[in-house]
Amino acid sequence: MSARDEILANLRKLNLAVPMLPTLDADWVRFDKPVEQFATMCTAVGGTVVPVPDKKAAIATISALPVIRDAKRVCSFARDILAGNVDLDAESDPHDLETLDVTLAEAILGVAENGALWFDSTFISQRTALFIAQHVVLVVTKETIVHNMHEAYARITSPRPGYGVFVAGPSKTADIEQSLVIGAHGARSATVLVVG
Amino acid sequence: MSEATATHSDHPKRATAFIKDHTRAQWHDQALWFVRTKRDRAVDLVPEWQTLRETAAAIKAHTVARLPDYLEQFEANATAAGATVHWARNADEHNRIVLQLLQRHRVSRIVKSKSMLTEECHLNPFLEQHGIEVTDTDLGERIVQLRKEPPSHIVLPAIHLKKEDVGDTFSEHLGTPKGLSDPQQLTEAARLHLREKFMQAEAGITGVNFAIAESGGIVVCTNEGNADLGCSLPRLHIACMGIEKLIPRIADLGVFTRLLARSATGQPITSYTSHFHGPQKGGELHIVMVDNGRTQIRQSDDYRRSLACIRCGACMNTCPVYRRSGGHSYGSTVPGPIGSILSPSSDPAAHRSLPFACTLCGSCTDVCPVKIDLHHQLLTWRKDLASLGLVAWTKRFSMVIASFVMARPWLYRMAGTWGKRIGRWLPRALLMKGPAAWMNPWVRSRELPPLPAASFREMFRKRSRTKE
Repeated sequence: MSARDEILANLRKLNLAVPMLPTLDADWVRFDKPVEQFATMCTAVGGTVVPVPDKKAAIATISALPVIRDAKRVCSFARDILAGNVDLDAESDPHDLETLDVTLAEAILGVAENGALWFDSTFISQRTALFIAQHVVLVVTKETIVHNMHEAYARITSPRPGYGVFVAGPSKTADIEQSLVIGAHGARSATVLVVG
Repeated sequence: MSEATATHSDHPKRATAFIKDHTRAQWHDQALWFVRTKRDRAVDLVPEWQTLRETAAAIKAHTVARLPDYLEQFEANATAAGATVHWARNADEHNRIVLQLLQRHRVSRIVKSKSMLTEECHLNPFLEQHGIEVTDTDLGERIVQLRKEPPSHIVLPAIHLKKEDVGDTFSEHLGTPKGLSDPQQLTEAARLHLREKFMQAEAGITGVNFAIAESGGIVVCTNEGNADLGCSLPRLHIACMGIEKLIPRIADLGVFTRLLARSATGQPITSYTSHFHGPQKGGELHIVMVDNGRTQIRQSDDYRRSLACIRCGACMNTCPVYRRSGGHSYGSTVPGPIGSILSPSSDPAAHRSLPFACTLCGSCTDVCPVKIDLHHQLLTWRKDLASLGLVAWTKRFSMVIASFVMARPWLYRMAGTWGKRIGRWLPRALLMKGPAAWMNPWVRSRELPPLPAASFREMFRKRSRTKE
């Protein structure tokens, strides 16, 4: 018997009463001011929040960011905001991104309760870029901010195709004596522009 | 099995070594308590915390009951998404599957993000024996890997080390200046060192936090971004999971992602919560599902609920025994309260001291995000160990005496009265030193409380009389 069949057969030897799978329609937390809550939580998880009135202002603000001005290689998944200078197509070898300075990406949604942003492979053609860049600049539109994770997953429904990720602030660790250090393996900073 | 010949992880003995350095033990206690308070602050901000816990427990109870169905559903959907699913009865099969995959792809260097399952299966030494270089990429895990130690905590693998220890380790292995102990600079050194490893790796191994039956996807949570770098740079991604990681629906993630990071470190969510449905373009995703004793735990009405564990580590951070004895004292992959339930299931004789490394205070049960009745299960284990004949004679003997006395109220009264009197006359040395200390470890580092003038019984009698 294969391992698969044996594991399944052993599990099926025991007939357990099956308790109901709970519905997920409780009164989950909602905020009076979800955008402010998002900004608070995003800051708490180490992000730098910059509110801007519209996309045009976002372009100006991003171009003026020190991380962008100092960058030699910028990869952009939001070309309407900034073109970047790294040609990204999914076929290219992700190892070429080793010297990437900044990645710019626009989130599909933001979550007020924890400051997280959702990205998936519909827009992120080369996911390594989100993690290998020294800094990330992330854009989220006010209207896409939901209250909590339940609402977020309801919007995502199926986190396909391929790959999706919640990003909350920069990369961090507290593995040495519980001291928080920003910039473990991934981004050393996360600038989050809230548009609207 | 006789006491003398048994090789088992003796918690009290290892803990004795740990607490020898009193200042350090105290520091360890405080470091973990700090994490517990961070958890409390995060939890207090969620008004529906108890509802979340109940919902999570109910989802897990349902899933465990229908586990074979969900495993099949997951396999079908993961395969449809382009992943390859493997099944392993035990650690040995798991390790062989991983090795075969690596050999087939001619891999000689891999990077691995945190996976307690691969620790449980001892994958690293197995792969190293076969000439494969394994680099743990979680900072804490890399530190203990360089020191050739096992992790002492499932979320904070190097919590037992001081920054000076890390400085020494890095100076020896990564060439940082001697005496450097600034966490910021040490982390930077590890970042540069591990970047190189990421770039060279030909395959990435990750654990799995949640596997979604209805979509065939897996979810991996990290703060450092090491899992994502490790499985997006190389073309081959191997994800290793225990069969209990299943959840039925994508929507269930709403519940579990809200509970996990808050319980673990007090963060509202991990920095990265990555969802993989199938491999990346041009790559391969292999998912290895491992039983390794889980089916057996599922068969027990007493311990089945322990399969709901999401490995947040909250029970360790709050446990007064864990905090004061350190993770290595447990001698098992998963230490602390949950480890003391899971480990004896695989080998009761080897881990028989663990259910006794517990004060039954119940703090673990209070903080568990999936409502596992940890301290009840630990108590049940003591009973089971006794019926297996695995309890030390000192514990058995004292229980025999105690039940003999307690079953005879006259004897109990007499023992109380005379105990008090004799206790007051006897020199302190006779109660605290020598044979007394040998028989009663309690007095080795503690003073006896002053003996009361009257017993409760006597006080109560007197009080009733004056009332009349």
